Amino acid sequence: MSKVFFIDTTRCTGCRGCQVACKQWHDLPAEATQNRGTFENPPDLSFSTYKLVRMREMETNGKLKWLFFPEQCRHCIDPPCLETAGDEEAIYQDEKTGAVIFTANTKNLFADEIIESCPYNIPRKAADGTLAKCDMCNDRVTNGLLPACVQTCHTGSMNFGDREQMTALAEQRLAQVRKKQKNASLVDADSVNVIYLIAEAPFDYHEFVTASAGAHGVTRHMALRKMVRPFTRALRQLA
Amino acid sequence: MTNHWIDIKNSDCILIMGSNAAENHPISFKYVTEAMEKGATLINVDPRFTRTSSKADIYASLRSGSDIAFLGGMIKYILDNKRYSEEYVALYTNAPFIVGKKYGFKNGLFSGYEKMPEGPSLGKYDKSQWAFDMDKNGVPKMDRKLKHKRSVFQLLKKHYSRYDFKTVSMITGTPEADLKRIYDTYSATGERGKAGTIMYAMGWTQHTTGTQNIRTMAIIQLLLGNMGMAGGGVNALRGESNVQGSTDHCLLWHIWPGYLKTARASNTSLAAYNEKWTPVSKDPLSANWWQNYPKYSVSMLKSFFGEKANAANEFGYQWLPKVDDGAVYSWFDIFDAMYKEKMKGFFAWGMNPACSGANAGKNRTAMGKLDWMVNVNLFDNETGSFWKGPGMNPASIKTEVFMLPACVSVEKEGSITNSGRWMQWRYQGPKPLGNSRPDGDIILALGEKIKELYRDGGVFHEPIVNLKWDYETGGAYDPHKVAKEINGYFVKDVTIKGKNFKKGTLVPSFAFLQADGSTSSGNWLYCNSYTEKGNMAARRGQKDAVNNIGLYPEFAWCWPVNRRIIYNRASVDAKGVPWDRKDWVVYFKGEEKDGKYVSRKWLGDVPDGGWYPLQNPDGSWRDDAKHPFIMRKHGHAQIFGPGRADGPFPEHYEPLECPVEKNYLNPQMVNPTAAVYSSDADAHATCDPRFPYVGTTYRVSEHWQTGLMTRTQSWLMEMQPQVFVEMSEELARLKGIQNGERVNVSSARGQLECSAIVTKRFKPFKMGDLVVHQVGIPWHYGWRWPSTGKEESANLLTPAAGDPNTRIPETKAFMVNVTKL
Ligand code: SF4
Ligand code: SF4
Ligand code: SF4
Repeated sequence: MSKVFFIDTTRCTGCRGCQVACKQWHDLPAEATQNRGTFENPPDLSFSTYKLVRMREMETNGKLKWLFFPEQCRHCIDPPCLETAGDEEAIYQDEKTGAVIFTANTKNLFADEIIESCPYNIPRKAADGTLAKCDMCNDRVTNGLLPACVQTCHTGSMNFGDREQMTALAEQRLAQVRKKQKNASLVDADSVNVIYLIAEAPFDYHEFVTASAGAHGVTRHMALRKMVRPFTRALRQLA
Repeated sequence: MTNHWIDIKNSDCILIMGSNAAENHPISFKYVTEAMEKGATLINVDPRFTRTSSKADIYASLRSGSDIAFLGGMIKYILDNKRYSEEYVALYTNAPFIVGKKYGFKNGLFSGYEKMPEGPSLGKYDKSQWAFDMDKNGVPKMDRKLKHKRSVFQLLKKHYSRYDFKTVSMITGTPEADLKRIYDTYSATGERGKAGTIMYAMGWTQHTTGTQNIRTMAIIQLLLGNMGMAGGGVNALRGESNVQGSTDHCLLWHIWPGYLKTARASNTSLAAYNEKWTPVSKDPLSANWWQNYPKYSVSMLKSFFGEKANAANEFGYQWLPKVDDGAVYSWFDIFDAMYKEKMKGFFAWGMNPACSGANAGKNRTAMGKLDWMVNVNLFDNETGSFWKGPGMNPASIKTEVFMLPACVSVEKEGSITNSGRWMQWRYQGPKPLGNSRPDGDIILALGEKIKELYRDGGVFHEPIVNLKWDYETGGAYDPHKVAKEINGYFVKDVTIKGKNFKKGTLVPSFAFLQADGSTSSGNWLYCNSYTEKGNMAARRGQKDAVNNIGLYPEFAWCWPVNRRIIYNRASVDAKGVPWDRKDWVVYFKGEEKDGKYVSRKWLGDVPDGGWYPLQNPDGSWRDDAKHPFIMRKHGHAQIFGPGRADGPFPEHYEPLECPVEKNYLNPQMVNPTAAVYSSDADAHATCDPRFPYVGTTYRVSEHWQTGLMTRTQSWLMEMQPQVFVEMSEELARLKGIQNGERVNVSSARGQLECSAIVTKRFKPFKMGDLVVHQVGIPWHYGWRWPSTGKEESANLLTPAAGDPNTRIPETKAFMVNVTKL
């Protein structure tokens, strides 16, 4: 049975322990950043940043809110990135955990195409075209540990476990949060393995919180590409 | 903390004010979240909307430096609307005490005031004018009905009658509706069975009225009956993992270990010293715990000087330094003296005063006037390298600087004591890197060398040669030996309370310490932490106590005597029955016969003394009981606090530097006893058009202290790369400042460049017709890292002036200007 994250943003204090834990476990280099007039940094996910806490200020009816969204790959149940790649050597799904894993062979894919296919705008490429993103800490998980970000989260925002257990928790929290925050919802719970609980409209947190219909996923154009892929790949490898 | 971290989960209403717990004490939010899940309300009051505010049910802003006005208004609200717990107030606090006729309060001054033109204190009080009226037996006169005109309760009412909504709102800039909502919500915890807690930190202490900020809240907690309760108390969130421990073990100049007093020059003998500092109560119902003072002071001397200490030589009392009466030796005074070239040498041990101290520019100049300085730290820092810092000319600085590399906490064994007073033993992880050493090793070696140098005599060599200094094992510092020394030993075979103890065994608890030299204890408060049963702090038992409120009595150890919630006998009524039957702390379950208790038994936490409750089940009063606030001379918690330097009741005064021409509550602008220094580096500017905005300093989650351990860490620098100044959109518009651009921030003392964060989270304050802007800067930076040298310390701006009781600087409220580069 696949593993599922339940991320309760209503409990998140934006401490970013998870963001650092992710870098630490994967030994990812820090990016050279500047203060851009916000706490949020680095400015975006990147080849060396798999987890990023998005921070947004908003004011409704004179009430100020500061929203935090610890963004990461959703480990889609039917991952468009995997589908688009069509190359098990580059992108595969771990049967045991459901983790969608990018390997060094992603170098041989059309990076922009993969990025384009992701409804959550997650994968990022290196200068040489290799792609990277959150790997569910699959090495930890398959050895009985929690993902680094979950392990570090002290507020109970980050949770991890079997699907049944996590969806039950998500439903229970949703019911509880709705008592105070009417707009609370679970994001794309049926199609992903990383279920977010949000209290405001998705766009208030970040552009790519939900899979916006039509704009992404496996488009007709990509389906076409998929058919000719074996040839293009062969060509690229020759070159 | 009177309570502890886990206990926050038991609260019904959590007020976070004077701290930013979500960002600076992240783990606390585990328990805040748990409480909220069970229905608790979270209130946050802060000049700026923070990550803590983002999680609060109710948020309100207030102008920095107006907390006493805010809380004074709450006291008035509680009294006006009878939200107080009358039974608790009348029984356990000094509200019924009758204050003497000499007490008075007029024009913002309490009776007995005297100006001190020579400074650094602006003035002082003759506190004897605030004394209680005593009956013929020497017990304070009381009116338990709280009606007497001069009862503390009536005086309190009168004092805060001036703190009405309009005035408070005018001072704080908090809208009246927000004040009302918060007062109403918080004071609901005055109900029997409900508990409210306060989580505060440097946002309250770093003011010229710091101590009184906390006193005001303590009064509220007493009125609402929240002291001693699970989910209640007054909880200081310490800014460093071992601040509690270092304070307990006398980090500060005016106390010896265990909060014993530093000897004054006028305490000419041990007998005089003990007499001076041992309080006497004539009330048979007052435990007056400090009556044991001589047992603790003598045991401490025995621990310092071992066999060299005996009754004939006053246990070595004369070997300890005495401080001049009336003189103050705080951090301020040290740097002031250094600045005035009155000091030759300086150990900066685990500190970074070039960045951490208020008016850091003065500190940096001062260090250049030393002959030598030893910097003991993990890495070189702005202090060790001050001589090559910005604006310094190395050629003209004579100070010789030595660096002693210390290892990091995880590389050594020992204990820390957290905010909740839990002493936790830590094992050594990796071995120290390179030639770095544990602090204990460095101190031990230093002591040995000094002893060697004095072996053949020298000026006043006795204290040094007689100092017991046997803390090594196999040539290295042994933390177990020190921990045992702190706990204390029987130094001869003795029989105490019918029990025989062998010489050389560890004392089981401070109840067994003696004033005759038969026991030693480095710190009486820690006696019980390392006994013949083992190292209590190293325990990791996960079992909760019978009341199931998260006391975990077998996990680590807690002072005093493993009591997890202090003043816990105030959590029960006169008959020993908990006010809160669900989350009870202690419960009296002695046997009962004919309406009287006939045996003693308390369940739950270690009670504050195991005496009988004040009343029998039939309502008759017992004469063998003790009032619950055992550390107070009269056994009652102090709503009226006649021991404080600046008055028995907290009063609102403006910060030393403020944006308003007038104090709306009294004619005194500034705390009339504040400590204010006057060297040429101590410029101050109040209501000065050059510095029109309120400035404050704070921390962020991503950095720690002066950033020595975090500015060198690339993952943390990635998140918070540069020093910033946060300001409202309104102020940014006014100054034409764009979000993210670099700006200059200046005060009467210094300036630095910052990245502007223009945010909705700061809003201008409306104080009557006046609009006041406030900005805030984190103080984690310094020129040494990042390598650009451009990210400087916010303490270049802050004033070295502060609270008269503690000499903590007013770094939370001062005046600045912000300009485009
Ligand atoms: S560690 Fe938890 S609370 Fe902190 S930012 Fe991440 S999800 Fe939020
Ligand atoms: S979120 Fe994007 S990258 Fe992650 S599995 Fe889904 S499609 Fe692939
Ligand atoms: S699961 Fe692992 S890789 Fe993914 S965000 Fe968390 S720490 Fe990073």
